[in-house]
Amino acid sequence: MNTHIVSAFDEELAELRKLIAQMGGLAEDQFGKSIDALSSSDRELAEKVIASDEKIDRLEKELEERAIKLIAKRQPMAADLRAIIVAIRISSDLERIGDLAKNIAKRTLAVDEPLPRSVNAGMKRMAELALEQLTDVLDAYARLDVGKAQDVWVKDSRIDALYNSVFRELLTYMMEDARTIGMCTHLLFGAKNIERIGDHTTNIAENIHYLITGGAPKGERPKEDATSITPVQLPAK
Amino acid sequence: MDAAVAEKPTRFETVMTPAEPVIMKERKPKIVTEGVTVHYGDKQAIYPLDIEIPDRAVSAFIGPSGCGKSTFLRCINRMNDTIPTARVGGRITIDGEDIYDPALDVVQLRARVGMVFQKPNPFPKSIFDNIAYGPRIHGLARNKTDLEEIVENSLKRAGLFEEVKDRLQSPGTGLSGGQQQRLCIARAIAVNPDVILMDEPCSALDPIATARIEELIDELRENYCIIIVTHSMQQAARVSQLTAFFHLGTLVEVGDTEAIFTNPQERRTQDYIMGRFG
Repeated sequence: MNTHIVSAFDEELAELRKLIAQMGGLAEDQFGKSIDALSSSDRELAEKVIASDEKIDRLEKELEERAIKLIAKRQPMAADLRAIIVAIRISSDLERIGDLAKNIAKRTLAVDEPLPRSVNAGMKRMAELALEQLTDVLDAYARLDVGKAQDVWVKDSRIDALYNSVFRELLTYMMEDARTIGMCTHLLFGAKNIERIGDHTTNIAENIHYLITGGAPKGERPKEDATSITPVQLPAK
Repeated sequence: MDAAVAEKPTRFETVMTPAEPVIMKERKPKIVTEGVTVHYGDKQAIYPLDIEIPDRAVSAFIGPSGCGKSTFLRCINRMNDTIPTARVGGRITIDGEDIYDPALDVVQLRARVGMVFQKPNPFPKSIFDNIAYGPRIHGLARNKTDLEEIVENSLKRAGLFEEVKDRLQSPGTGLSGGQQQRLCIARAIAVNPDVILMDEPCSALDPIATARIEELIDELRENYCIIIVTHSMQQAARVSQLTAFFHLGTLVEVGDTEAIFTNPQERRTQDYIMGRFG
């Protein structure tokens, strides 16, 4: 695309992209650390993650202020307008991802015994996939690669599938031994948080699509999260 | 199970804006041009141009200076006839009637197609006579009461009556710039036109007077086919339903205003409205 006649406009738009890149880097880092903290019961690391969330919040505010000033000053049109609106939307998804990572870290403090091995493995696998998706979508944004954004959008269903199995497994533990209900509930929320991070990542993918093509993706995203319709049957006494 | 899997999308399908302007489906075309060209002497100012302008809507012509938008606008009421070197080719119809038909009375045409210019140009007469002039020469009023009614109605429709009702006999040139422009719009309305052409009607006005005129344009579109040439993209976005982008004497892109300003299809339109180097 050609550069603007007013060059400061280009610099201001580049500034927004830079802020998104910074926020994305922080969100990846926070999310990765929160999972490490939970799976290895590392309370110190969890505290660090909780304390650092504020950085992402600050960047989101800064981006929003800049975006509002830009709209007021430049009255952007077409692709420029989309770039600014999409930056605001992506920043809010990244901020939510930061919050969810913080929430996972908090669960570490609430669970004071080692995680059941297979649950731990399932959640770690979910997190790996979600982190990979997040990295890919940030890459797609930086390179304006609609194909890559599309891959992320479609692949989210893998996280959903894993979430279903972690959900069922945790239910089984709770039914077998009521003393695990405390821990399992926290882990259930933790797994849900990872699944939500996946959803925010697909939001970002949709916004990249809108940024590049100007149109909204048609149809429903493939979803496999069935936990909201999974019945819980208690064992007969 | 297999059917359910097959229905899931595996890639983005984009919902795009339609190529045909939606406004043209809702309104009948008032003005239709086919292969319109304009030459000033040897210089060609407009290359063969086809466009349909909807009735009871505002159409905006945008484009850089010298792109031919004003020249094209002036074809629609044959203002170019007044320039000796100008030659207009092709066909322009209003309600299916060829306006370059030799049998057509140009004075009648210009009553049907009113025009408002960049700088307000009231006649050096009273406010009343500014409006009454057209109806008088076209014989639209049978008596004095009729004429007074036309003047009052025209001023009311132009949103000026309340401000000037106590001084209809004072000179029109004594009004403020924004009031003078509304006086010119009232003058254009007084002869019952179908079409109102506006060539940069707000470029000499302050933001408040501009907002008044835009409000007025929005009200007038219920009854008239309005075409506005403007350099202000924001103004085109605010007041029009159809936008046409001109460049170097050609019509580059025409479409629903919303589509043009959020997602133009042509690279040149995009560069122009986003203020980028073309």
